Amino acid sequence: MNEIANKAASPAIAGRSLWGHALSRFSGNRAAMASGAYLLFMAALCIVGPLFAPNSYEAIYQNYTRVPPSLSAYPKPDMLGPAIEDVAARARLTLNGWEQDGDRVNIRLSGNGDIDPRVTRYIDRSDLLEDAKVVTSTPGSILVSAKLESRYFFFGTDSTGRDLLSRTLVAGRISLSIGLLAGLIAVAIGVFYGATAGFIGGRVDQVMMRIVDVLYSLPFIFFVIMLVVFFGRNFLLMFVAVGAVLWLDMARIVRGQTLSLRRQEFIEAAEALGISRPRILLRHIVPNLLGPVVIYMTLLVPQVIILESFLSYLGFGVQEPMSSWGVLIAQGARSMPSANWLLIFPASFLITTLFALNFVGDGLRDALDPKDH
Amino acid sequence: MIRYVLRRLLTAIPTIFAIITLSFFMMRVAPGGPFNQERGLDPVIRANLERTYHLDLPLWQQYLIYLGNLLRGDLGPSFTMPEFTVAELFRAGLPVSIQLGGLALALALVLGGALGIIAALRQNRAPDVAVIAVATAGSTIPTFVIAPLFQLFFALTLKWLPVGGWGDGALVNKIGPVVTLMLPQLAIVARLMRGAMIEALHAHHIRTAHAMGLSDFSIVLRHALRSALLPVVSYAGPAAAALLTGSVVVETIFSIPGIGRYFVDAALNRDYTVVMGGVVVVAVFTIVFNLIVDILYAVIDPRVRYE
Repeated sequence: MNEIANKAASPAIAGRSLWGHALSRFSGNRAAMASGAYLLFMAALCIVGPLFAPNSYEAIYQNYTRVPPSLSAYPKPDMLGPAIEDVAARARLTLNGWEQDGDRVNIRLSGNGDIDPRVTRYIDRSDLLEDAKVVTSTPGSILVSAKLESRYFFFGTDSTGRDLLSRTLVAGRISLSIGLLAGLIAVAIGVFYGATAGFIGGRVDQVMMRIVDVLYSLPFIFFVIMLVVFFGRNFLLMFVAVGAVLWLDMARIVRGQTLSLRRQEFIEAAEALGISRPRILLRHIVPNLLGPVVIYMTLLVPQVIILESFLSYLGFGVQEPMSSWGVLIAQGARSMPSANWLLIFPASFLITTLFALNFVGDGLRDALDPKDH
Repeated sequence: MIRYVLRRLLTAIPTIFAIITLSFFMMRVAPGGPFNQERGLDPVIRANLERTYHLDLPLWQQYLIYLGNLLRGDLGPSFTMPEFTVAELFRAGLPVSIQLGGLALALALVLGGALGIIAALRQNRAPDVAVIAVATAGSTIPTFVIAPLFQLFFALTLKWLPVGGWGDGALVNKIGPVVTLMLPQLAIVARLMRGAMIEALHAHHIRTAHAMGLSDFSIVLRHALRSALLPVVSYAGPAAAALLTGSVVVETIFSIPGIGRYFVDAALNRDYTVVMGGVVVVAVFTIVFNLIVDILYAVIDPRVRYE
């Protein structure tokens, strides 16, 4: 007797849920796991990276416009001469010569009468030099020593002299968060619209799906542009606009699923128990839709990122000084022949992320829907 | 069959009507107007302009006027390019867009279809992996990345092709836009064809054909291809409508005088008639190609009958 009670109390053999199965299948998919890791790495890089990047994404270095990417520090030796000549010209003094001494430069300047020691400010203002000090000053000439200001531009700089590395990372924040948030918005609208249409059925379903059909036949680009025109070039409303366009597929998929769920016994049972229809929808239908919704969402995120980049590419999306990968690619495409790194770096970030998202989406589909395999 | 086509065309009318109505009012509710952008436009001149284009009338009257003109085939004048009517703009641009889109679609169907069949016949082996890699790349990399990279390599580095321009339809000018338009479509067609072909090759009638000793060539091309074509055909309909009506990105990057670029410019400048014209053109193309898809379905699949 006691034994039986003990046996009953001992934990049952752990069953494997649908999600447990899916997880084990997903972790067996090497491409999907590697892509997932890459995405996490990319997200961490974009969120934390700008804090450690050598330059701020907003800072403009006028002396460093369109410098090519380099792993060694700027200024390069051949840049120093022109920059010092430029400083002398700005200070309206004659340059008598300069020599490099370790990480400092000695600059000899001459002019008419006493030279104001505040010429050091002209030197400090250059992006190449800092900490300028007057060494000796005689009437008509002055010797100034300045420290070389070493800067790193691993991805080079853009046409206004901003660091491409930190701009690419900050742009990644925008692109990724728009992808995620607008994806969620699209999924939320689509799920509730589709589930409602499929669950109520009949006339309501036909009218609701007819609306989806009409929205489908509108030229996509026209639809997006109209939304942007309505909402203005507001950063937050971009999410809504993008999300509001991409819910149509989701609505169709969810409606189809709901139609087949509705006829199943457990829904009939719930109806027989007298549970209210909104409650059946929320508690029984929507949770059962989760599988296809998750799959579709992972495939939707890259679409949203592409759409956002496309809008930004056309100039409707994110505005300066913020940027997204689309903005950077657009700028890169414009300055391409002379500065191809402006296209290549943002494009490779975007493409690798999209690839990884696709692999994760395919992996999830295989994991959650083994029939499809 | 003819009755079916006629009925489909008749049921398309309310859809087109709904699309026109929706986009007309969406366009008009948006703030701004075609003559608001120009600063310093004299109020009297503006009032005159608005009267000429009936913009001073109540919205519902403008809507009725527009519908009336549309029924007579008049798409109206362009507001921002007063020297052209919308019909003239489209008559000049549409053939260009159709040529590029049509070439791109044809190539995508032929090449993508061939790649998909090859992948399906060599499933999980090297050719299959290669095709999947190409298809993933093609459907992942956005057009606005492919196009400038294409220019960078073939026009600026190798100098084989012109950077852009139409060049009165010279073949070298078409290569860049066509390839850029084609690649994403080719990728999707190859994927669809591969999946459908794998499934088709497992069907019972194919096993029977093997048992009857038919050659592999005729099994694949005459029997399996027929059922494998269905998903490709149903994808090709909407794709054709989208491709033939021009692409904003490709036309902008390669400086092509098609109609794709009108959409964005016209919507931003509130050039109402041009936007509406574009909407009508796209809607008509979508409906016509969906109809063609359904007819092709009946041709390919003898089980489908339209009575």
